[in-house]
Amino acid sequence: MASILRVDKVSKYFGGVKANQGVSLSVRTGSIVGLIGPNGSGKTTLFNSIVGTHPIDRGTIEFDGREISTLPVPAVAKLGLLRTFQQTRIFGKVNCIQNMLISSNPTKENLITIFSKVPEELTEKAENLLKFVGLHQKRKLLAGDLSFGQQKLLELAMALMNEPKMLLLDEPTAGINPTLINGIIDRLITVNKEFGITLLVIEHNMRVIMNLAQEIYCLAHGEMLASGSPEEIKNDQRVLDAYLGAG
Amino acid sequence: MKRNNLILYGALLVFGLMAPFLFPAFKLQISFMWILVILALTWDVQGGQMGYNTFGNILFFGIGMYICASTQIGLFFPLEEWTASGGEKTFLHTPSQYFLGLSAGLVLAGIVPVIVAALIGYGILGLRGHYFAICTLGLGIAAGELAGGIEIIGAGQGMTAPPWPKGIGDTEFRSEFFYFLTFITMLATFTFLRWAYQKRFGLVLNAIRDNEDKAEAMGIHTMRYKILGWMVSAFFLGIAGGLVGNMVGYIEPTEIAFTGATYGVFMILMAILGGKGTLWGPVIGAMVFHIFKEGFWTFFLGWQYVALGVLIVVIVIFFPEGIMGWLREKFPERFGEVIDEADRKAQVVLK
Ligand SMILES: Nc1ncnc2c1ncn2[C@@H]1O[C@H](COP(=O)(O)OP(=O)(O)OP(=O)(O)O)[C@@H](O)[C@H]1O
Ligand SMILES: [Mg+2]
Repeated sequence: MASILRVDKVSKYFGGVKANQGVSLSVRTGSIVGLIGPNGSGKTTLFNSIVGTHPIDRGTIEFDGREISTLPVPAVAKLGLLRTFQQTRIFGKVNCIQNMLISSNPTKENLITIFSKVPEELTEKAENLLKFVGLHQKRKLLAGDLSFGQQKLLELAMALMNEPKMLLLDEPTAGINPTLINGIIDRLITVNKEFGITLLVIEHNMRVIMNLAQEIYCLAHGEMLASGSPEEIKNDQRVLDAYLGAG
Repeated sequence: MKRNNLILYGALLVFGLMAPFLFPAFKLQISFMWILVILALTWDVQGGQMGYNTFGNILFFGIGMYICASTQIGLFFPLEEWTASGGEKTFLHTPSQYFLGLSAGLVLAGIVPVIVAALIGYGILGLRGHYFAICTLGLGIAAGELAGGIEIIGAGQGMTAPPWPKGIGDTEFRSEFFYFLTFITMLATFTFLRWAYQKRFGLVLNAIRDNEDKAEAMGIHTMRYKILGWMVSAFFLGIAGGLVGNMVGYIEPTEIAFTGATYGVFMILMAILGGKGTLWGPVIGAMVFHIFKEGFWTFFLGWQYVALGVLIVVIVIFFPEGIMGWLREKFPERFGEVIDEADRKAQVVLK
């Protein structure tokens, strides 16, 4: 099947730090792919490179058949490639419904759409998605008053509100109560299967990623160390070494 | 709730319409109160709703003032001669010239600052936080210096605005006329902002305030909203400037037009005092501030700015969220924060 995202030999340096060095990966349309690697191995940097947070030093990034490596963040998002943040980001001083409405994707942003009311039916859509992540009861509370885990869920719902083609999730289960993690896995699978959204997931929790992903990439020291099925990754000596701190 | 609102709006409207007849001695003071409300409301678009502290909005006020007066004069007479030496004595506006000039002047006083806001905004609204704030700090100062060097608008000496034409009522009528112009401008500012805040515009300004990177990551071209917001502020500020120039009758670069140290600071103070990021906060803040200032300024002869400093400290310490924030804390249900039972339970669970 065709790839929706193709990252080709991307390098990103911060001064002397080689955060990404010739990194390549590709994600098939409709799949769930994992991205693992020790702390500081360059996973978040790769996400930032993909969505255009910073210019990359080398390489190409193709999304849905389009070169996107020079596009600014909002333009990439408008193409249907969204990311969530490792340090969860929500709009704290407005309520959950408003967070959702802000996140709905206006195809055009001109004087007319900017000064129009947010369509009524979006509120209903927002409520349904909040139900989906289990936050319906809290919909009128300020998002900043939610617990950390709830904010993570809200951030997921906000991303879904935008109806992206593909989602880059930066540690969706970090900080979430272990008893709730299975719920998150189920929901991510639903997002993928039923909403038809391709997922690229950064995850430190091995159990989660092994259950979720069909294919896994492993970064170490900014370079792509290995890739393969969960089985292959689990038994890859290089990956084990990297995680045990031998690298 | 809805009815209370109506009563509030009605009361303000009646007060606004009756004030010049009920308190004829205070017409001018109340006119300036409406001007201050405009300053606070327009500052709050950036400083409150959008979370961008700007110290440069006075720029648009001053530009509006100069543009308005220059148009009023230049439409009928050579501006250079007018400003060179007491031109208002040589050239006299007929009533129709006066009102035509004033209308054209006020329109341009709105439009030109909008264009300036768009251009400068495009250049500096990409800056975040303190960088933006410091950058705007320079704007008003630079504008004052610049205006002080332009001969045709009177340079450092300043210029006079066209005097009220002969044969059209006395000075009482003149101040009533300008009173209603300021009141209408204030109403227009308030009504427009109230309308715009209920639209996507208002939602996104708040999103920018809360987390601009996130807003961009959700596909929002935040720059467009930021520039538009500044253009809106510039429009109403420019008109306010045009009006003040005419009310004072004399325009000077740093004391009247680009008054960074007085109006430029007051607008921030008033919005914070009333409660920034709320619709009514700047209105209430400006009114309270003006009454305090007019009422007590004379008691502090020579110490006004010390008193002002103390006021700032008191506000920041005792009303960090402003009067509206404080009221909201005391009477949450009055602010539509009626939490239904399910939500209340949810809140308990949260804690
Ligand atoms: N903006 C930046 N400026 C300078 N250095 C940076 C920047 N962002 C990341 N780095 C460096 O790049 C390297 C990779 O960081 P990155 O955040 O991508 O790691 P990560 O794999 O996401 O780690 P973690 O699992 O802890 O989240 C680190 O050495 C980090 O210090
Ligand atoms: Mg990371």
